[in-house]
Order: sequence, then structure tokens, then C-alpha cells
Amino acid sequence: MTGSKSPLRFVSPLVRELPKSGIRKFFDIVAGRKDVISLGIGEPDFTTPWHIREAAIASLEEGWTHYTANLGMPKLRTAIAEYMRKSFHAEYDGMTEVLVTVGVSEAFDAALRAIVAPGDEVIYHEPCFVSYAPVIRLAGGVPVPVGTFRKDEFRVTVDRLEAAVTPKTKALILNFPNNPTGATLRREDVDAITEFVLRHDLVLISDEVYSELTYEGERCTFAGIPALRDNLVFLNGFSKAWAMTGFRLGYVCAPAPVTDAIMKVHQYGIMSATTVSQAAGIEAVANGDDDILAMRNEYHRRRNFIVASLNEMGLDCFMPKGAFYVFPSIQSTGLTSEEFAFRLLDEKAVACVPGTAFGTCGEGFLRCSYATSMPQLKEAMTRMREFVKART
Amino acid sequence: MLETDSKGLCDPLLTLLQQNARESDEVIAKELGTTPEDIRGRIADYEHRGIIRGYQAVVNTDRVDDGSVRAVIELRIRPEREGGFDRIAQRISRFAHVESMYLMSGGYDLLLFVKGKSLQEVANFVSARLATLDGVLATATHFMLKTYKDRDVLMEGDPQDDRLQVTP
Ligand SMILES: Cc1ncc(COP(=O)(O)O)c(C=O)c1O
Repeated sequence: MTGSKSPLRFVSPLVRELPKSGIRKFFDIVAGRKDVISLGIGEPDFTTPWHIREAAIASLEEGWTHYTANLGMPKLRTAIAEYMRKSFHAEYDGMTEVLVTVGVSEAFDAALRAIVAPGDEVIYHEPCFVSYAPVIRLAGGVPVPVGTFRKDEFRVTVDRLEAAVTPKTKALILNFPNNPTGATLRREDVDAITEFVLRHDLVLISDEVYSELTYEGERCTFAGIPALRDNLVFLNGFSKAWAMTGFRLGYVCAPAPVTDAIMKVHQYGIMSATTVSQAAGIEAVANGDDDILAMRNEYHRRRNFIVASLNEMGLDCFMPKGAFYVFPSIQSTGLTSEEFAFRLLDEKAVACVPGTAFGTCGEGFLRCSYATSMPQLKEAMTRMREFVKART
Repeated sequence: MLETDSKGLCDPLLTLLQQNARESDEVIAKELGTTPEDIRGRIADYEHRGIIRGYQAVVNTDRVDDGSVRAVIELRIRPEREGGFDRIAQRISRFAHVESMYLMSGGYDLLLFVKGKSLQEVANFVSARLATLDGVLATATHFMLKTYKDRDVLMEGDPQDDRLQVTP
């Protein structure tokens, strides 16, 4: 029903032509099947730690039910600035350089709309989080993907960035630790990319929402590099570190004039992040170090288990150092990513997301999330082993 | 290397066994990035050194209606010139009724978790066996009515995984 009388005629061409996410397609097929073990879930399986939920409840009892400052509660912003100092060695002024948002999702959208002018090119790396390209488009920008590959353990390399940059390039989006590959950057990558960003005077929008889930070695971040400070828009949130996805809470750290610009978009579009969530966020930052440690340990052990199991059954994957995803190659089975995912679901009732949902260079790979309990992971590995064995 | 959180023990193997002692050596080995032989060797060593004292299931006894009762008993005792509390504490801990027992700071000295077939049996144990022991100065018995949580495990309301089945 796309004839001239369909209500579709009211929808803008831009939105009409945005593809539905590949994840959505897969979700529709899985939805409603009760027997499925899902390794397709991009959020922690832990419930938000109780003391954080308790703080949210207490805030409601005390009547914190009003709007907050556009930037967010001063107490939360101060706490975030302190956390950035402690955990990232980065100096941000809680009063002018921190903006509290409705998740990293809104932070990302508002930042792009504040920065991108019509026709500006924005470079990002694939495979990546599903909303990057659509949000760039919605902001009027032109998405320019660069590929990342198994042989580099899915790290972005400067030669590929160099090949993509043009005089119209305005910004670079990076996401490490990465969804869907679990990739992290090395110190020398961070240095080289910093140099690249400065040489072309780009804005670097660094989505570090998985930063607390780094399992080995030092955390690699773009925050806290003095030379980069003016060019950096740092995004982080509470969803993954403290298992607070449903609270929808995130933040931006950026130099004051940029924060102020992003705040304008946020002010007109959102007003202020949900007050009860901000109350929970204050508790998380103040008293939540141990929660992170406990969850990180649990993910760490599951990661070791799932990587060993996948390699053992013949699905090659490197040991990812961050996030809660592994990205095994399924090329040895001769199936495409979609075929593999659909048949695995059909025959063994295990749901994984085809790598292609995250960009065309995800072909030949599968995203498996280990944000799922050990008993479920064990059963899923047993079923996958049978599935692969029948094909190799 | 795995880190130590406030709940975890210095060796992640011990933490893991405390969470689920029935996990196979093969799975534990994968989780800790080592071999099943290594895991078996380390567990044997812990057992040999008496660091691992046993393995038990966490049972919701409220659901197993065998009529048994549990009580918590506070004891005040007189320390001895030689050996302090240890000798009498060890005597008391050997009674089969005593499931757990701790030396405490504060208003009393020993805290006992006691199990019996009936209220009567526990009451008899306290009055006939404990209170009469030389060195026991006072007892206070509290019967347990319901278990909400035991050794990190909630007894009710297993949280359902109601997340969306596939998300970005
Ligand atoms: C890379 C990445 N960025 C952003 C988000 C969204 O996070 P939030 O819940 O803070 O909106 C996700 C969630 O899956 C993600 O994987």
C-alpha cells in the first residue's frame, strides 16, 4: 500500500529510505519462540545492583519527580567529572563540560546534530553498532564506512582512515571496546589515530560505553589526551558498566562550547534526562566500583569459556579484550552469516546475530553475546558444536 | 588475570567453586584459561591442605517439609585460663545438632545455628545439653521462621530473564 493515498506519503523520503536494522529482522523471527537460547542480546543479563535500585526508590519517596537542569543534576555531573578524573585521568568541568543524556543513544544523536552540517562526511568503522549510519543520515551527514578485519583483530587502521578522508570530512566515530567484535585498541593505535584526527582537524566522537568491560591490559581510551581535548566528544553511559540499560542514562564530556551546543539540541528535544535515573546514577558512580568488578569478573570467565569452546569446535575467533561479544568466523562451514544464523536457530534453537547486521564486512562472522548465564552458555555451546560438526 | 572483588577470594578457582561446586573441571578450566588437569590438581591440593572443607547444596529447607526446626542460639561462656574459648567451643561444636558456630564479638561469645526434629527437641538440647555445660553462663534461643537468603542464594523469586531476545 504505497499508492498516493497511503499514509506513507506523509513520511519524509529520508526516513522512508532508512533501512530497518538487520537486527530487527532477526528479532521478528526469534520473537515469541520460548525454547530459544539467545546469544543475541546486547545488554547485561545482570539486574541493576540492588543499592542502585534502592537509591532510585528512595528518590521517588523523597519526591524527586521534577525536571532537572538541562545539563543534568549538578551532583551527578560533579560525580561524573570526578569519575572521569579517577578512571580516565581526564579533566572535565562538571558544571560546563558534562551533559547528562538519555543513554549514549541520545548523546550520540544530539552530538551529531550539533556538529554535522548538511553534506558533511562522517567516517565510522564497520562492523559497528546499528544506529551509527542512520543517525549520521538523520543529522544531514554522509556516512563513510571504513572496514575492520579479522587479521587486525578488528582494530581500525590509520591507512584505511587516510583513504576515506576528504576535505568534506567533519568527524570520525570510534567505538572501542567494540560492539559487535569485542575489539579494543592498543596504545600505538590510539596515538596514531590521535595524530590523524589532529592532522585533519576532525571531531572525534568516541563511544566508550563498554570501557569498564576491558579484561586485560590497560584500558585504551581517547579521554585524557591533552592534545586531543578540543577535538574530542567523549560518550559514555551507565547501561553496560552498571547493568542499567532500562534507566536510559548516559553522558557527554566535551569542551564547554561543544557541550553547550549539544546541550541546545538536548534542551529542545529532551529537556532533561529522567530524574529518577539520575538519582540512580549518582549512587552508581558514588558506590558502584565493586559492582563493576564483580560483573567484569563474571564476564571475563564466560569470555574465556566461550572463546575456548568456539575455537575447539572449529569456529575461529580471536580473544576479544572488551565488551561482552565474541565474533567467530563461520567460513569453515561454507554458509553465509545469515544462513548460519537462521539454520542454527531453526535446527538448534540458538539465536546469534549474523555479522552482516553490523555492516557488509561482517559477512562470514557471527556475533555471540556472552551476557547470558553460564548454564545457558554451556547448553548453547553444546548445541552449536553439534550444528557445526554436522557441516564440517 | 581475574581481579578480586570484595566478595571474591584471592583465587578465582575458589570463588568459582563457591558459586557452583558441581561445575565440571573441563568448564572451569576453560573459564580460567587452563587445563582440566591443572584444575584437578589445585582442587586436590586445597582439599589436602584442608582449605576446601566440603561441598554442599544450598537447599531451600522451607520447601522440604520434614517438620524440622532451626534455631539461632547466643551463648555466653566463661573463658578458661588456658585455651580461652577454644576448648569449650570445640566441645559444643561437636554436637550433631549444631550446624554452624562462630565466636563473636559483642554482647555474647558464641553464635550457634542448630537444627532439630522438633521445637521440643531443640528446647531439650538447649536446656539439657548446653545450659548445663560447665562454663556456659547464659543462653538465648531464637527460632527461625523463614529463610530468605542463604550463602548468596535467594530462596524465592528466581528472576526471570525477560529481556528482549535479540537487541543491538
Ligand atoms: C556501541 C554502543 N553504543 C551505544 C549503545 C547504546 O547505549 P545506551 O543504552 O547508553 O543508549 C550501545 C548499546 O548496545 C552500544 O552497543
